[in-house]
Amino acid sequence: MDIFDYEKIKPWIPYLAKGIGITLLIAFVAAIVGFILGVVLVLMNKRKFFRGFARGYIDIFRGTPMLLQLSIIYFAIPQLLDRIFNDGFGMNIDFAITALMAAFITFGLNSAAYVSEIIRSGINSVDPGEIEAAKALGISKYHMYKDIVLPKAFKNSFPALVNEFVTLIKETSIVSVIGIQDLFRRQQIVTAQTYLYFEALIIIGVFYYVLIKVFSLIARRLEVIYAK
Amino acid sequence: MITLIDVHKSFGDIEVLKGISHEFQKGKTTVILGASGSGKSTLLRTINQLTPIDEGKVLFEGVDVTTIKHRQLVARIGIVFQQFNLFSGMNVLQNVMYTLVKEKKLNKDKAREMAMISLDKVNMASRLDAYPKHLSGGEKQRVALARAMVLSPDVMLFDEPTSALDPEKVNEVLDEIKKLTHIGLTNIIVTHEMGFAREVADEVIFMDEGRIIETGSKEAFFQHPKAERTKQFLDKIL
Repeated sequence: MDIFDYEKIKPWIPYLAKGIGITLLIAFVAAIVGFILGVVLVLMNKRKFFRGFARGYIDIFRGTPMLLQLSIIYFAIPQLLDRIFNDGFGMNIDFAITALMAAFITFGLNSAAYVSEIIRSGINSVDPGEIEAAKALGISKYHMYKDIVLPKAFKNSFPALVNEFVTLIKETSIVSVIGIQDLFRRQQIVTAQTYLYFEALIIIGVFYYVLIKVFSLIARRLEVIYAK
Repeated sequence: MITLIDVHKSFGDIEVLKGISHEFQKGKTTVILGASGSGKSTLLRTINQLTPIDEGKVLFEGVDVTTIKHRQLVARIGIVFQQFNLFSGMNVLQNVMYTLVKEKKLNKDKAREMAMISLDKVNMASRLDAYPKHLSGGEKQRVALARAMVLSPDVMLFDEPTSALDPEKVNEVLDEIKKLTHIGLTNIIVTHEMGFAREVADEVIFMDEGRIIETGSKEAFFQHPKAERTKQFLDKIL
């Protein structure tokens, strides 16, 4: 009896490892989209006209499960568009999107909600004296945010942003339900072929863990350099 | 130069300025004295609109400051804060150059040259690359002074410029401010440094609980104070 049947799982390891790329791809795209939209949300929050939208957006994305958001974007929205335009207006457009695109959109939109909260608290931690000095020197709001407030806010929120990225890596595992061949989906496929639950799960578990450790270590390094 | 007419300001339920009227003369140095919480700093900040007032009027060269574009107003009025308020993400040179480049639209070489001159005047030209966190309080305040002066204001406001400094650093900052009292600037200084006030003031204002209690030349103020409250104050600190 083998507790861990390495020989049997060994041929499947390269197949499993390919999932790292997909997992990282989704996390990276989501992080970039999330960051840009997150900053936009922060700026919207500062303007009365957009504030309601920004708050509602953040509230909804933080207040519902990611799996629901993913399912709505992948399954429900194309169906809705199909009903409105094809059934309603007699058009003939294919609204289906690829699973990967749905993952980019969902994780990007979801991450934006969290990133905006992180940056907002980063902005709140900027010394009000610096803002006062900027006003007293006649520095425009645009320059004040671009060159004084936001760089400081990013620096202050850097650890929390890394944390958000790590969370993203972990949460990408839900894309397996829409058929994307990420680490988790590949484990299910391997297990279906080999009946090896334990080995396959432990291996992708190690992949996730190492991935996250690597990014955490890079982040800590950057933090030290950044703090100089 | 600057005229305050019955200025009132409240923060929440607390009335900090209870009807201040005063005229600050062009080219003169006015020192505002008073206990903590008497409204001195608030008064100072109403002049450059950092603190908008509730009632009354603040006139700059006869014009209501609320009708002047903020940017135009502050281009004429420099301020130095108690807590320095340097931009912590920029080095010494960038702190001084920034407004010249971004808001005055000067080219970098010209801005750099002006910043160097301004920093040289406060003996900080040797620390151009240093970030604020590596500077002493006295050094920070001198950079802050250079940052304000590089914009060549007509009026300088000083909000307790030495209160956050180590005692041995106070003079290095006061010496720099003294220089500014001889070049035709209109200086308005909130301070607790009595020796300094006696030396530089053309006029002294004494405030208590949101009101101006007494004004006068430094000789009159320090040697023959009229109000009882002023006498008590001077007795305690001199």
